[in-house]
Amino acid sequence: MSRRTDYNTLPTGEHSLQDEEAISATGEGDEEMEDAEQEEDGYSSSTPTSTLTWITWFCSLPGHEYFCEVAEDFIEDDFNLTGLNVMVPFWKEAMEMVLDMEPDEDTSKIPDVSIVEASAELLYGLCHQRYILTRAGLQAMVDKYEAGIFGSCPRVYCNGCNVVPCGRSDLPGLDTVKLFCPNCNDIYTPPSSRFQGVDGAFFGTTFPHLFFQSYRELAPAPFYKPSSPSSTSPRSSASSSSNQPPFVNPNPYGGQKRAAGKVYVPKIYGFRVSERAKSGPRMQWMRLRPENPEELDLVDWRGHWIGEDDHYDGEEPADEDRPMEDFDPVGDIARIASSYNLSAYVRPGCA
Amino acid sequence: MEEVSTGSGSDYSNSWISWFLSSKGNEYFCEVEEDYILDRFNLTGLNTEVQHYAQALDMITDNLDEEIQDDLRGNLDLQARLLYGLIHARWIVTARGLAKMLEKYKRADFGRCPRVLCQSQPLLPVGLTDVPYEKSVKLYCGRCEDIYSPKSSRHGSIDGAYFGTSFPHLLFLVYPNLIPPKSGPVEFGLNPRASDLEGSRRRRVREEQEAQAESVGEAGSTAAVALKADRYRPRIFGFQVNEVAKLQRWQEAVRDKQISRLEELEANGAM
Repeated sequence: MSRRTDYNTLPTGEHSLQDEEAISATGEGDEEMEDAEQEEDGYSSSTPTSTLTWITWFCSLPGHEYFCEVAEDFIEDDFNLTGLNVMVPFWKEAMEMVLDMEPDEDTSKIPDVSIVEASAELLYGLCHQRYILTRAGLQAMVDKYEAGIFGSCPRVYCNGCNVVPCGRSDLPGLDTVKLFCPNCNDIYTPPSSRFQGVDGAFFGTTFPHLFFQSYRELAPAPFYKPSSPSSTSPRSSASSSSNQPPFVNPNPYGGQKRAAGKVYVPKIYGFRVSERAKSGPRMQWMRLRPENPEELDLVDWRGHWIGEDDHYDGEEPADEDRPMEDFDPVGDIARIASSYNLSAYVRPGCA
Repeated sequence: MEEVSTGSGSDYSNSWISWFLSSKGNEYFCEVEEDYILDRFNLTGLNTEVQHYAQALDMITDNLDEEIQDDLRGNLDLQARLLYGLIHARWIVTARGLAKMLEKYKRADFGRCPRVLCQSQPLLPVGLTDVPYEKSVKLYCGRCEDIYSPKSSRHGSIDGAYFGTSFPHLLFLVYPNLIPPKSGPVEFGLNPRASDLEGSRRRRVREEQEAQAESVGEAGSTAAVALKADRYRPRIFGFQVNEVAKLQRWQEAVRDKQISRLEELEANGAM
C-alpha cells in the first residue's frame, strides 16, 4: 500500500497558513510544481515499474497535483463503487489497471490499451470524488491544503487565502476543475493551463464545502471588523496585531478563522467613485461582511431586512421582478384589506 | 524585468521606448507619445522623484550622450524605467493615453478575470497607490469590480504606481458604454447597440434616432445591474451551507438596499 501513512498531527491552522502565504506570495509554489513536473518526465508510458503503483504514478503526473492517493481498500470495496460501473467502459480491465492486478489471459478483445487507460483514469477520478468526502480522504486533502498544493486565491484582498479544488458538476465530461476560495466564497480558474485537462467531477461539487465544515478552523468567519479604527498609523496597527484577542465565532458550527474582509474601493485622483456615477461601484456587496455576527440575523430567510418598511415599493413596476414580497403580518393585513376594499369598489364598476 | 540594457541609442536602431515595450514582462505598458514626453509641463514634479533626472529623460528620448560613465549607466537604466513608468501613469489618464490602453484592453493584453463567473472578462491594470516602490500592479475586473494579482510573477513585480489608482475607473467614466455587462459572454465594440438589438426589432424600428436613444438609455441606467450578476452558491449534496447561505442572503439584502437607493435617486433625477 503506497498511501502516505506519515500523517502528522494536524498543525494549528493559523500557524501553517502563514507559512503558505509566504510561499505563494513569492510565486514559488508554481515553480515548485514545475520542478515536480520535470522529475516525472521519465514516466512517459503507463506501465509503471514494479515498485510504483498505478495510483502513485497517476497522482505524480503533471497536472495531477490536486489528486490525493485513494486508498486501495476503498476501491476494492464494491459498496463504495455503487453505480460507477455503468459510467466506466471496460470496467474490469480499468479496475485491474488501477489496482495493479495481473490482467486475465484473454485481453485480446480490447482493441487498444489507451482505451483502458482512459477508463482507468475515469474510474480513478470518480472513486476520488467519493473518497475525498470520507474521513481519510478529507485528511489526505487537508495535508495537501496546508502544504499549499492547491495554490492561493488570486483576489488581492483575500490575502493569499489557500483554495481547494472544486467541480461545477458531479458528472464527468462537463467542466474542468476550478478552485474554491473559502474567504470570498467564489470559484476561480486554476492559474496554470496544465489543469485544463482535469475533470472537475473528479473533485465534485460537495467536497470544498464538506472540507470547510469538517475543518472549521480553516474556514473564514462571515463577519469582519477592521482590527483597529486608527490602523492608519503604523504604530497602532503593529501593537494591535501583537495583542489581538483570540478570534471567536459565536456560531460553533461556523468558520473559526478571522476573515480577510477588506473590499476594494475604486478611486479617481484619490476620491472614491460615487455610486451615483453610471460607472460607480455596484458589486461591493458581493465581498462585504457585516462587522458583527448579529447583523446577519437582520435579514430573514427570504433575504429581506427584518422590520423595515421601506421595501413596500411593490406598486412600482420596476420592483415586479422581486422574487417575493415582504411578509409583515400587520403591514400586509392592512394592505390586503385595502386591496380587497378597492377591488370591491372597482369590479362592479368595470362590469 | 532584470535584463541589462547595454546601452541605448548607439546599439539600437529602435528607440529606447520601443526597446522597453518589447522587453519581456513589459506587456502591460503602452507607448507614450514623444510629444507628451517632450512637453515639460507634463513632467512637472517628476524631477524630485527620479535621480539623474536630466540624463534619464535623455535616455528615454534617445538623446543620451555616449560619453556617460559606466558606473552611472546601471543606475541610469533603473532611473529611466522609473521615469518612463511615472510618465506612463500620467499619460494613460489623458484622452489619447486612454485610447491607447483601450486598444490593449480589447486585445486582452492584461489577461482575463480568473473568477469563473466573469466568463473571461478582460482586465485592466491598476495601482493601489500612486507612490512608487510601495505596491505591485494589480488587475481590475470591470465585471466583478474586484482586483486580482497577475498570474505571472514577471508581471507581479511591476510597480503599481506606473499605472496609478485612477486609470481603470477613469476609463469607464469616459467610456460608459464599455462598462461590461454583469452576465453573459464578453463582447466588445464601442457601440454595443448593434448586438443588443434583435434584428427583427431593428427592421421594425427604422428611425436611427430611436435606436440611439435606447442605447443611451441602456448605458444610462446602471442602478439595478447588480441583479444580473451570477454568483457561486456553495452546496453540500445539493443543500446550501448554512453559514455561507446566511452571509450571501445578507450580502444580497445589502445589494437590494443599494438598488432601491439608486432607483430612488434616479427617479428624483439626482443621478
